[in-house]
Amino acid sequence: MSGTSFKFKEADRNLMERLFEAPAIGKMSPVAKVVAYSMLAFWSVFVIFPIYWVVITAFKDAAAVNQGPFYIPFVDFQPNLDAWRVHVSTDPFCDGYAVVRQFGLLIYNTVAFILSPVVEIAPMEPQICKLYLAFTNSLVISITATILCVAAGSMAAYALVRIEYKPKFGNIVMFVLLALGVILATSYAGIPWYVSSAVALVLFFLLARTLGRRFKASLSNGDILFWMISQRILPPIVIIIPIYMMYQAVGLLDTHLALIIIYAVANLPIVVWLMHDFFASLPVELEESAQLDGSTRFGIFWEIVLPLTRPGLAATTLLTLILNWNEYLFAVFLSTAKAQTMPIMVAAKNAGEKGILWWEMCAVIVIMIIPVILMAVVLQRFIAKGVLLGAVKG
Amino acid sequence: MSNAHDMHRPGGTPAGIFSGESWGEWFDRHSRTFFIAPAVTLILVFAIFPTFYSIVFALSRVRFTADGLNFRFVWFRNFEKQFTGNEQIHFLGRVSTMGVFGWIFFLVVTAAVLWWLYRYLRREFWWPGFVGRLISSFAAIGIAYLLGSTLLSGDQWGTLLNTLFFVVVGCFLQFVIGTALAFLCSQPISGKNFFRVLFFIPLMITPLGVGYAFKMVLDILGDSWQWIPFIFIVMLAALENVPKDHVEAAQVDGASSIQIFREIIWPQIVPVAVTVILIRMIEAFKIVDLPNIMTSGGPGIATESMTLHSYFLWRANDMGSSAAIAYLLLILTVVVCASFFNYVVLGQLRRAK
Repeated sequence: MSGTSFKFKEADRNLMERLFEAPAIGKMSPVAKVVAYSMLAFWSVFVIFPIYWVVITAFKDAAAVNQGPFYIPFVDFQPNLDAWRVHVSTDPFCDGYAVVRQFGLLIYNTVAFILSPVVEIAPMEPQICKLYLAFTNSLVISITATILCVAAGSMAAYALVRIEYKPKFGNIVMFVLLALGVILATSYAGIPWYVSSAVALVLFFLLARTLGRRFKASLSNGDILFWMISQRILPPIVIIIPIYMMYQAVGLLDTHLALIIIYAVANLPIVVWLMHDFFASLPVELEESAQLDGSTRFGIFWEIVLPLTRPGLAATTLLTLILNWNEYLFAVFLSTAKAQTMPIMVAAKNAGEKGILWWEMCAVIVIMIIPVILMAVVLQRFIAKGVLLGAVKG
Repeated sequence: MSNAHDMHRPGGTPAGIFSGESWGEWFDRHSRTFFIAPAVTLILVFAIFPTFYSIVFALSRVRFTADGLNFRFVWFRNFEKQFTGNEQIHFLGRVSTMGVFGWIFFLVVTAAVLWWLYRYLRREFWWPGFVGRLISSFAAIGIAYLLGSTLLSGDQWGTLLNTLFFVVVGCFLQFVIGTALAFLCSQPISGKNFFRVLFFIPLMITPLGVGYAFKMVLDILGDSWQWIPFIFIVMLAALENVPKDHVEAAQVDGASSIQIFREIIWPQIVPVAVTVILIRMIEAFKIVDLPNIMTSGGPGIATESMTLHSYFLWRANDMGSSAAIAYLLLILTVVVCASFFNYVVLGQLRRAK
């Protein structure tokens, strides 16, 4: 503790005083210590118990779950691997070779594709364990979405810090009107969506280039930033039905790309909001001198700005990654089989007539939370350094 | 830097590539556009456009036909259904007669809101501010009426109040516990880092997993378990930013811990506190995973949030009503969050400066 710490003489104080008074500035009294530690201990139990419960349930069988709460493995019940074996027995492709076979399949199909002009080889149907498929889907989708989101978001955030934008208010109104026109024409007049949107897009660029120059009122960078961040308020359920229709129109339903795009959009506000703060705290002189040396703007961004904000970038990336990993609502609407993610696998254990298959569900949850807990330990270090605080203050 | 400046560069043509200019130079010249275009395009196409598209769904009767969807414009029939028609009980609850407590509550809230408006008008008048306050007042009085005529009169309540219940009670609980834990962890105790990491973990875990673990207890508790870490971590950082010497000076003067917290620490962390509550509120309105996994909205509709309500209507192929509910959720979220932002957060931020 900084500052002077002075002590009372022990003899001057009776027992009650010694119990309730701090022995020194920056120290706690014995009673306060007991209270603090018991509260911390209580909360630790509250935090750990649900995780512990999920983990032990994953090693129970149906009987151990249904006959009442058993808390301690080997004492209350005999742990076994039933919940894990189920995935193997109900899914013939779910065995130790699932990963190897998937790789083999990939190579086989690639070779078949390369040779297809010469010899016709039928591509092999994927014979893959559902759980493994969901796990790799989750991995691919959340990582790609995070990269897309952080790239687009940090570029926009940087631009909003360093470049002055003046979008014309009239152009925005024009865009909204044209978008409404597209929607009305497509849904009530039955014009194909690609025709109406192409016409609207061409019209917008033409009008913005001609009529748009006459508009006076314009918005500032602050307005754009507020607009981007405020998108977080939008409940996903509002956009999910139109998004479903849009994806259906272009045949993107149940693909990785569909989920990647929508996850990136959903988390864009967070990235812009966090990264804007980091970029704003950088000194501008470095970039100016690099500009004098003839670097391009992208060069400056890539070689100077991004390395300087590495801790913030890492924290933002990890946060986005975890949000994507756990995302449920979009996945349940937009994926049916091929692009299913882990949260869907968890929820699927609730769907049968047999009620909820707790032990199987817990096995899936355990697989899902192991990587995330590892990340939590890493991420905590970054976030504790006031990463979120800075953004909250701004 | 601006477009107009580029235009008047000697030898420049407004569009296309200069003669003798490489693609890289062209790219750099337009970098201001390329920097912001991806984010703006993504938001416009996948957030703004669908929001407008949703209006069409909310104002139509949607049918599946052989060649895609068939929209029939029905004005506000879908919204009407939620407030007065066959979906009323589901959305609003059983609005019958108001009991005594209901009336008292309703009148007290109405009086408070009118007093608040009157005070604003005495102080200043700026018509956008007045309109905003009018909207907030109507929302508050409407919710008070709903609360009085369902919950306080012993009648069943609907998904609207469920959502608000999640938001208000959940945020309050989470804020109090999260701040208390952060305060504890900012005290001189050993093992601080261990507790920090441990208390942080629930935030990372899939809401579905949380839902299972709390199946037997309550949605609110599960939600709190997951989100207290968020408040905890931000408030902890805020508490650690409070200058140590202020606190120590007060300790030397013999102030008690409670006094120190109230008089010295709290005023310094209150701007962060209100912002973190706002963020939490925004996320709380979207709650879907927990009620879904835990109870599927049951028993009955007792834990069904508006998101879940909309989802069930979608599953029942009633897309118009589904979009209407989603829109009502959007309006509710915007009104509540904007009110909180304007009257509480901005005020505190201004005071801090």
